[in-house]
Amino acid sequence: MVLRELSFEVYSGDCLAIIGPNGSGKTLLLKALQQLVPHQGEILWSQTAHLGYVPQSIAADRQLPLRVGELLAAKARFLHLADQEMEQVSSELNLKPEFMAAGIGTLSGGQFQKALIAFALLGHPNVLLFDEPTASLDELAEERIYELVHQLQSQQGITLILVSHDLSVVYRYASRVLCLSNDKVCMGSPKEIMTPEMLEELYGAPPKFYRHIQEH
Amino acid sequence: MDANHDYAVLLAALFAIAAGLIGSVALMKRMVLASDVISHLALPGLGIAFLLKGNPLVGGGATLFLGTLLVWQLQKKTELATDAAIGVVFAACLGIGALVTPQEDLLEALFGNFQKLSLAGFLLGTAAVFLVVAFLVGLKDRLVLDLFSPELAAATGVNVARLDLGFLLVFSLTVLVGLRFMGALLSSALIIIPAATARQLTGKMTQFIVAASAISLVSVVVGFLVSTLVFETSTVGPTVVIVSVLLFAMSLLVKKCRAGQPI
Repeated sequence: MVLRELSFEVYSGDCLAIIGPNGSGKTLLLKALQQLVPHQGEILWSQTAHLGYVPQSIAADRQLPLRVGELLAAKARFLHLADQEMEQVSSELNLKPEFMAAGIGTLSGGQFQKALIAFALLGHPNVLLFDEPTASLDELAEERIYELVHQLQSQQGITLILVSHDLSVVYRYASRVLCLSNDKVCMGSPKEIMTPEMLEELYGAPPKFYRHIQEH
Repeated sequence: MDANHDYAVLLAALFAIAAGLIGSVALMKRMVLASDVISHLALPGLGIAFLLKGNPLVGGGATLFLGTLLVWQLQKKTELATDAAIGVVFAACLGIGALVTPQEDLLEALFGNFQKLSLAGFLLGTAAVFLVVAFLVGLKDRLVLDLFSPELAAATGVNVARLDLGFLLVFSLTVLVGLRFMGALLSSALIIIPAATARQLTGKMTQFIVAASAISLVSVVVGFLVSTLVFETSTVGPTVVIVSVLLFAMSLLVKKCRAGQPI
């Protein structure tokens, strides 16, 4: 058992960041929230909650001979979505026809992440579960992805549950932070949770990011 | 040439098309090795049927489908070393099959034998091929999502375990249709090689799947003509496989030429 005695609430419009060392069960928690892995206990979603999932990009097969547009169309047809849905998502994310026609194997890391976000947004979710959105991206691409996500949140009021290793991003965007580690679970605002003492306890080493905060 | 002979030729062609379709999906699912083993699972059943003078297809079909369920279970338990387990099953099937099959029938069980086909056999085979095509076409969106990411497919609402089982079953059905024609050892070759060939030639999914079927069909037609007209043998399977391997070699050359590399 990786996770136990975990209880938390997320409110509509929140941006909850889940942090913790490798192997603390962050991805597992995201999967459990979607009933993708067996678990005990109770997970209650509001009846109006509609989930969208952006998995880690390594969870997808990028060798597949498939274009972005074909991938999105497969989901749209499977869920019987109206044609306008595709257009709406492409205009929201500013997806160009060349992007839709590109093979998923030819996309850069940032573009691929964008394709995964477009996939998640099809079907109008109001809760986005986001697993390591910027792992293996350079800083510019990372910045773009976060701006995009932030924009979605402020414009559409999407609730965000985000797993991230990037503590400065968490500090900037999260309204609440849930930290998981093998023997300790805590939750609160970024200011309460992301103190040097707490982070040292969580990760077992003083985080470099703290110095950056001190300069301000 | 009589009608029963024509039925056999027609069904071989239909098998080729289904094999290309199913093979291209198996290749994208990265389960070529598992699927290769599935076809060998027919061998013990074939052997027992030959031994008891029963219908080889019933015997082969029985062990084939039982084995398919076994492979499905193995696949679900990813913590188990699947490839090792599959290797063991593969060897066991060959061993048991070779042991129980009467000596004079062993060659036919392994490499197939082109024989006349009754109308009923033809209709059954055609229905099976139709089922395979209907499965792939009807569930293509689910299959695309599952190929891209089983995790994301499950999150979207696809029942991935059931889809995988369905795929393995239509895979076995395809093998069964080709079993008498190609034999237990070679019927998976026509599922794998044309798909691998087509993958060299195109990066677009629809083109890839259509090309795999076309290449498979060409392999069967050319292999059939060469073995009956040139070699004058009814063991068509080996020639079909060699033709498909030659086409694969050609696809490698085409790919290299396209990339502008010296050969």
